[in-house]
Amino acid sequence: MSIAYYPGCTIKVSAPEHELAALAVMRALGLDLHEMREWNCCGVVHSLATDNLIRHMAPVRVFARLQQQGEREVVTLCDMCFNTLARANQVARRQPEQMDAIKATSGDELNYDGSAEVLHLLQILRDRVGMAAIKARVRQPLHNLRVYPYYGCKLLRPTEVGLDDPEAPTVLGDLMAALGATVVEGNLQTRCCGAYHVVNRENLVAERVAATTAQARANGANVIVLSCPLCHFNLATRQSTPGNALPVLYYTQLMGLAFGLPPATLGLPDATALFEEALPTAQHAQAVPMCTKGER
Amino acid sequence: MTTSIRIGNGRNELLQKVEALSGQHLANCYQCGTCAAGCPFHQAMDLLPDALIQHVRLGLPGILERQTFWICAGCDTCSDRCPRGLDIARIMEALRQICLREGGDHPALTQLERADLGALPPIALVASMRRNSG
Amino acid sequence: MSEQAPLITMQLMGKNYRVPAGLTLMAAIEYAGYKLVRGAGCRGGFCGSCPTLYRREGNHRIFTALACQTLVEDGMCLVQMPFVPLITRPYDLYTITPQANTLLQHFPEIAGCVACNTCTRSCPQGLPVMDYIQASLRGDIERAALLSFDCISCGICSSRCPADIKHYAVGLLARRLYGKYITRNAPDLAERVAAIETGDFSAELDALMTLSAAELRSRYEQRTFEVAAEQEDPYSATRSYNSAMDPVDYQDELEVSG
Repeated sequence: MSIAYYPGCTIKVSAPEHELAALAVMRALGLDLHEMREWNCCGVVHSLATDNLIRHMAPVRVFARLQQQGEREVVTLCDMCFNTLARANQVARRQPEQMDAIKATSGDELNYDGSAEVLHLLQILRDRVGMAAIKARVRQPLHNLRVYPYYGCKLLRPTEVGLDDPEAPTVLGDLMAALGATVVEGNLQTRCCGAYHVVNRENLVAERVAATTAQARANGANVIVLSCPLCHFNLATRQSTPGNALPVLYYTQLMGLAFGLPPATLGLPDATALFEEALPTAQHAQAVPMCTKGER
Repeated sequence: MTTSIRIGNGRNELLQKVEALSGQHLANCYQCGTCAAGCPFHQAMDLLPDALIQHVRLGLPGILERQTFWICAGCDTCSDRCPRGLDIARIMEALRQICLREGGDHPALTQLERADLGALPPIALVASMRRNSG
Repeated sequence: MSEQAPLITMQLMGKNYRVPAGLTLMAAIEYAGYKLVRGAGCRGGFCGSCPTLYRREGNHRIFTALACQTLVEDGMCLVQMPFVPLITRPYDLYTITPQANTLLQHFPEIAGCVACNTCTRSCPQGLPVMDYIQASLRGDIERAALLSFDCISCGICSSRCPADIKHYAVGLLARRLYGKYITRNAPDLAERVAAIETGDFSAELDALMTLSAAELRSRYEQRTFEVAAEQEDPYSATRSYNSAMDPVDYQDELEVSG
């Protein structure tokens, strides 16, 4: 089975390891993701003003192109792409007059009726593959990993497009449990990381990152797992404890490790000490990995 | 300092603009403070979200000089939790848009050095540009 | 002119003129009495000096053209726009490298692209401008270079962009990076350059220098292309240029001269 795949810009520029790992893991699960032939940036944030129609054009164009390419359904890895596309889809369905205006503005070339569907990879894993099948595919259970799942915002909110309970999400935790890891919880798992404020209000991000990593550490985590490439950038590069940073990995990378896939196919660079204690060393003699952005 | 408030007489133009741009009816707010309590950035704000709504409703001076709506990152926690169903993130966006449309881009946009730019992922730059330019 | 071409009416910057049908916009402007000091260059559609905006009767849109490549129409209203302001911070091609974020770093305004496609619709070369800006945004330098290959830097795209993107400067950097760092060096070329440098072809070059302009032209017109190898040439800078994804077919130009 093959599903159309919308990578988004940041997966290509700053998070190629997430894509590598996702494609490898999905292949291992018997699902093929094929990248859309032509696509554009989704715009990252949903346009919240009632009249700012031009800012809906980017996500609407993604859907229109998807349909031109003969697809109805598209999967994305990026939380912000997911959120922006899903919310634009709501606009298309609830306010068709806005789509008419976009069509007219575009010289009739941009035409979309709201009938396509965007899915996050986590939805595919949870709702189509299923945690049982994922568990069955595990070759090296991550028994010694204590994972703090960090959800951030755009997977969950607003509720009407979120893919899990916004106050008590479980999807990442369930996934980590299926891989054999111990899940570490905390009330900051769903608190915003500061997002784009890393561009020019870095102190806001630093404060959020410090609080989140401190909680993860205090609750016993030895790795943070997440999905969003912007959360990843902030958490991986804005920790104030150089040399002793808590590793931040994508869930796809941990899935790959648990599936027994070679670290190189998961975008995990050369070995560090971290997982030598975390993974059974006998099976992972020349392991393994830590990926922090600052080092790449 | 004494501020005189006139309620119910005269037009509150800012309120009208905010309501038109956000699609939210600010009279619905009953000032419970749930938005402020859950906001991850409330400490950095110079006016908490519920107070900001009140200032807009009452037409108090200096609202557009506040930092609150620039600090809001649109994480939607408040919008999701508001017991009155107000989409507060949209109110913040309306205030940003009013500033941007009247005063041009937020100065934050032009202050980046090339080295910083090289390190930042597109996702941050695109989002920042969309929130800080009209 | 033995047969008088019928006259049509066009507006040049708001003023009506009667000009013969069949003229290019540029010829019509000159026919109307203007002397072009800017806004004219090669007159062959290559230099990008004569971008023009116009409207047509019965259509609300603004159209774009190169004045030397477009014929006048009755009822047309036009203005020339010989230059679009462009300031780029200098870069040194020897010190920058083609990283995924290089284009974004030098042209952060591409992050403001809303994918409205106005640039593509305005390009007189018919290039997929928005797509090469989007490729630039996601660090696909090769694709940005190939899709912008036929850009003549007329600047119309930049004049129409709601995000004030300097498209043609972005494409230029992409092509420079592509040419310098991404295309593979062809060993045949290096061999030939070395041979020229050691004087193997000095006699032929000296002979060329003595030719008249007419002889040179005749030689040029009779030049031949090497037949492409059966398998794909791994050193071709335009190897993916004719793939289905690209809208511009380069092959016809080769066939005409070959």
